[in-house]
Amino acid sequence: MREPLIRFTDVNFIYAKAHGGEGLAALKDVNLDVFEGEFVAVLGHNGSGKSTLAKHVNALLTPTSGQVIVDGLDTVDQEKVWEIRQKVGMVFQNPDNQLVATTVEEDVAFGPENLGVPSLEIQSRVTSSLEAVGMLSYRLHSPHQLSGGQKQRVAIAGVISMLPKCIVLDEPTAMLDPNGRSEVMSTIHSLNREKGITVLHITHHMDEVIGADRVIVMDEGRIVLQGTPREVFSQVELLRSLHLDVPQVTDLAERLRKRGFEIPQGTLTVNEMVMLLCPSD
Amino acid sequence: MRMLRSVTIGQHIPGDSLIHRLDPRTKILSSIVLIVLLFVVKGFIGYGLVALGIALVVRASNIPLRFVLRGVRPLMVILVFTLTLHLFMTDGRIIFQIWFLKVTWEGLIRGLMMGTRLLLLIIGTSMLTLTTSPMQLTDGIETLLRPGKKIGIPAHELAMMMTIALRFIPTLLEETEKIMKAQMARGADFQSGGITQRAKSLIPLLVPLFVNAFRRADDLAIAMEARGYRGGEGRTKLRELKFQRSDMMALGFVLAFALVVGAFF
Repeated sequence: MREPLIRFTDVNFIYAKAHGGEGLAALKDVNLDVFEGEFVAVLGHNGSGKSTLAKHVNALLTPTSGQVIVDGLDTVDQEKVWEIRQKVGMVFQNPDNQLVATTVEEDVAFGPENLGVPSLEIQSRVTSSLEAVGMLSYRLHSPHQLSGGQKQRVAIAGVISMLPKCIVLDEPTAMLDPNGRSEVMSTIHSLNREKGITVLHITHHMDEVIGADRVIVMDEGRIVLQGTPREVFSQVELLRSLHLDVPQVTDLAERLRKRGFEIPQGTLTVNEMVMLLCPSD
Repeated sequence: MRMLRSVTIGQHIPGDSLIHRLDPRTKILSSIVLIVLLFVVKGFIGYGLVALGIALVVRASNIPLRFVLRGVRPLMVILVFTLTLHLFMTDGRIIFQIWFLKVTWEGLIRGLMMGTRLLLLIIGTSMLTLTTSPMQLTDGIETLLRPGKKIGIPAHELAMMMTIALRFIPTLLEETEKIMKAQMARGADFQSGGITQRAKSLIPLLVPLFVNAFRRADDLAIAMEARGYRGGEGRTKLRELKFQRSDMMALGFVLAFALVVGAFF
């Protein structure tokens, strides 16, 4: 059996209260394996613990009890923290608050600079990272001249210039308009497909989950549901009870089925629906 | 409101001239030499020579004169103020007198000298900011301060702070504008009233701005840490500064010029 790239074993995390007393348990008995090259989506409404989960992967937070292993390294090990952060890049929600430098290329160089990579190598990494996210022609722009989606792509380039094995994206599209969202989503998918980078995508947009290999649904700090998008979205009732929506097409399929149409559970895309309703040849 | 948007940071004009290509450290050091020189030189011949030197640099930088002079405009008031002050406040041979205001020959000369000195100072140092990008400038300051680390000057931290400030000024200006519009939509009035009234009306602008700035700082710190930032130790640079032959020559020329002019005039 393959070793997982990321392994959570019985992870509990409690946010400490400032004045003692009971803290808030944000993760409860989380067990999770993520394998190399996988595209895993984490779903959950606000406060379900999904961001806390994300911050555990690159040691920004460490478990109160339990263990997180990333590529063979324990996140509790202080000496390995920087190695882990090189292996797991993180992209955050607010595109404005994660760009450091005054030009795009300087920002993409920030990570490798921290790692002590030689100048020439940094330059080639900056070029290839910007190319991978389609922002090469903006290399001398300053961040405030870019749109939200472009800033987020620069942030992604800034992470992949560190040559990580895995990228964790913590609701990267939450503050973007629909155009920006699809820009960012197609960038993430192409990185996963073409460079084989493992992706842990945290979101509350159902549509962004459809292309994932595996979906994890969280509620109140626990993993409540796990499986392929098709498996997960066939549990319409359960998802509704967790205050989560299902994709529009799945919703339509559910309603049609209730009216007596023969439509299989977990229909996800418009194309599938078209084939089911108007079967041609 | 539109004023906020037109604020540009620094006045860097990109180019590929001899002056642009110089190492930022050369330009910073030369500017310091210029400042010292201007306070050593006494007399119009000396100022004339310095002016000639600056004119040569301006010429070599290929920067249109109007951009150079644009930097002088905001300081015009100070310039005129200095001139008038010296004109009326110096004792000596009286040229003419209106009631208790007397204009003296010495005052005229001293006023003109101070004015020229200030003018040359502004134009000379603006050549630094005109031909050097803020990023290069920060890099230059960081490397120049690096030896000071031993006596506790946090060179890298200062440079990092400057970079982040430069990065966030446009963002915060944008945000100020957004908050202002939001508050105006709810009936806030930023324009009318006396000075206390106006100061008071800024509170609903400043409070959210500061709260957001702190939130940003927090987010940024986490993002920087996630990208492996742990201070200046062991850090490399996208572009290392290189001291080239042209830098040596430029610096040598500036020093020689300063010594000669400073010693004789």
